[in-house]
Amino acid sequence: MKKIVALALAMSLAAGLFLTGCAMDEEANGSAANAGSSATGNSNNAGKRVVNVCSWGEYIDTDLIAQFEEETGIKVNYQTAESNEALYSLLKNGGANYDVIVPSDYMISQLIEEDMLAELDYDNIPNFSLIDDRFKNLSYDPENKYTVPYTWGTLGIIYNSAMVDEEITSWSAVFDEKYAGDVLLIGNSRDALAMGLYYLGYSVNTTDENEIREAYQLISDAAAKGVYQGKVMDEIFQKMEGGNAAIGVYYAGDYLTMLENNEDLRYVVPEEGSNWFVDAMCVLKDAQNKDEAEAWINFIASTEANLANMDYIWYASPNKEALEQYPAYYEETYGEELDPEIYEIMAAPQEVLDRCEAYLVLPADIRTLYNDLWIQLGVG
Amino acid sequence: MKNKLSLFAVPYVVWMALFVVAPIVMVVVYAFSTADGGFSLSNFARMGTYAVIFTRSFKLALIATAICLLVGYPVAYMMAKEGPGFQRIASVLIMLPMWVNFLLRTYSWMSILEKNGLLNQLFSAIGLFDLINSVFGTNIQYFKMIGTSGAVVLGMVYNYLPFMILPIYSVIIKLDNSLLEAARDLGANSAGVFRKVILPLSLPGVLSGITMVFVPSVSTFAISRLLGGGTQMMLGDLIEQQFLGGAYNPHLGSAIALVMMVIVVVCMWVMNHFGEGEEQAVML
Repeated sequence: MKKIVALALAMSLAAGLFLTGCAMDEEANGSAANAGSSATGNSNNAGKRVVNVCSWGEYIDTDLIAQFEEETGIKVNYQTAESNEALYSLLKNGGANYDVIVPSDYMISQLIEEDMLAELDYDNIPNFSLIDDRFKNLSYDPENKYTVPYTWGTLGIIYNSAMVDEEITSWSAVFDEKYAGDVLLIGNSRDALAMGLYYLGYSVNTTDENEIREAYQLISDAAAKGVYQGKVMDEIFQKMEGGNAAIGVYYAGDYLTMLENNEDLRYVVPEEGSNWFVDAMCVLKDAQNKDEAEAWINFIASTEANLANMDYIWYASPNKEALEQYPAYYEETYGEELDPEIYEIMAAPQEVLDRCEAYLVLPADIRTLYNDLWIQLGVG
Repeated sequence: MKNKLSLFAVPYVVWMALFVVAPIVMVVVYAFSTADGGFSLSNFARMGTYAVIFTRSFKLALIATAICLLVGYPVAYMMAKEGPGFQRIASVLIMLPMWVNFLLRTYSWMSILEKNGLLNQLFSAIGLFDLINSVFGTNIQYFKMIGTSGAVVLGMVYNYLPFMILPIYSVIIKLDNSLLEAARDLGANSAGVFRKVILPLSLPGVLSGITMVFVPSVSTFAISRLLGGGTQMMLGDLIEQQFLGGAYNPHLGSAIALVMMVIVVVCMWVMNHFGEGEEQAVML
């Protein structure tokens, strides 16, 4: 009897561990692939050149990887992380041996602050000159020593015009009791509190505790009135596309993906302003394949690669030529004109960018405050 | 002979030391230190802030475990009493969902429970909302299911029910039939047989089942995030945030994990004392 019990227990325990572990799959994949890459990293000495890239999911036209491998003979180990924060903890835990990473602006400045990035040799990256001057020397890397921009875009309100009978132009909509139960709160503290800060007219980079608390109060009051259906990240696709929520806050590129599945969706960068972000490629200080990393960055910065990427992931390119040529490229590829509205959402015009603000890294005590407030909201 | 056999245990002992004992030691070290390395209790001092999350986690896990027990015990009992053909089919049906990835199954529950999900569509198609509205004079268009604690409990029950049924089943099926006959001979009716013989003898299975359901439930984070819509934050979510979220603080995360482990161990220990004997089965 005991034997059978033990067997059943062992099986269920194994299954239980497996089940609870499943959600970690993505990260586990990362580290498993990582273990693989360190093996290839060793064979690097034997003459095979590799580059270990860590980016976000669905964030590259995968044909580019094959093309790069063919052209240069350098093998690309392409891995993904879930978020800037997950990437940061992978790096901090020391388990990762990436060469190239593609974090967002505020994370880049944090990594620079902590001396984790290597200075790039721009002589090896001639395509850097193709990058639009607007995206050089930005606040996260003021002398542009560490980064080559990968994509940029805006954060805005996505709403379902079949469920909302007004044209939304202001952040007030995400606090409005009228839409109780139909609004999705974005699942990270920085973007969520930014909604409140913009609405109140404060800077998103404020270190004034009172301003942050005021913004928090606005969100928590709305939460108490039942405005929010939940906190979401990638679940937003299914919720907005399926009409399960009327209003959500997310990134422009992802809106265009949703639009392909639900034509009623609309996107707006609110009049009070919003976040505009840049994701940029950087090389880690302890990277073992720096030359290969720079070759990869140069390849990705080329106009052709940017056009292919832009077409695939719907995020705007920082490459000046690619950005200008994209409508023509689209017409050539699909035989129809690119809707100018879509182009404007993807590549926000300067007057929209003028009212937007990029995130800067916040001091540690403010980051703790953000997190504490965020957890309280979860309790709410 | 015994010594030779124990050699075979070496790989597992090494495994345990490396991947069970060492991580726990690391968790303890992390929990009692801060980012600058010194010994500190400050991580535990912040625990009060999270009392609500602790309470919610244990409450929802307890409810889920109770439901699993109430639903699972009769199923296990019935299975054990039926013929082998039925047993085979029933165990396949119980195991079948486990062949599909757990996250996929939880995602499907999302689309079932959504505001415009399958259930609400069904209810509105059969006119349930019209009926309710005309009877009670209300004006509801849908039932709010996703994002509630009920949805989280449902997800836990759905995912962990097999772990309650299987241990109970395997204990009951091994019960010595002559014991039941003896009870009958001595004049017990079927309720008496169940209460005095079957129930006490199946307790080890029940206790293992409770452990198997309660422990993963209390620490789940995927179910609460997907079905709770982020509003039903549980301990697992809280700990995950310390490691992979915006607030990178492995020291605090370890402290929370440690407190949770201690509470769970105490719960199990108390339960063991009620369950007299068969301790190793429960502790497994």
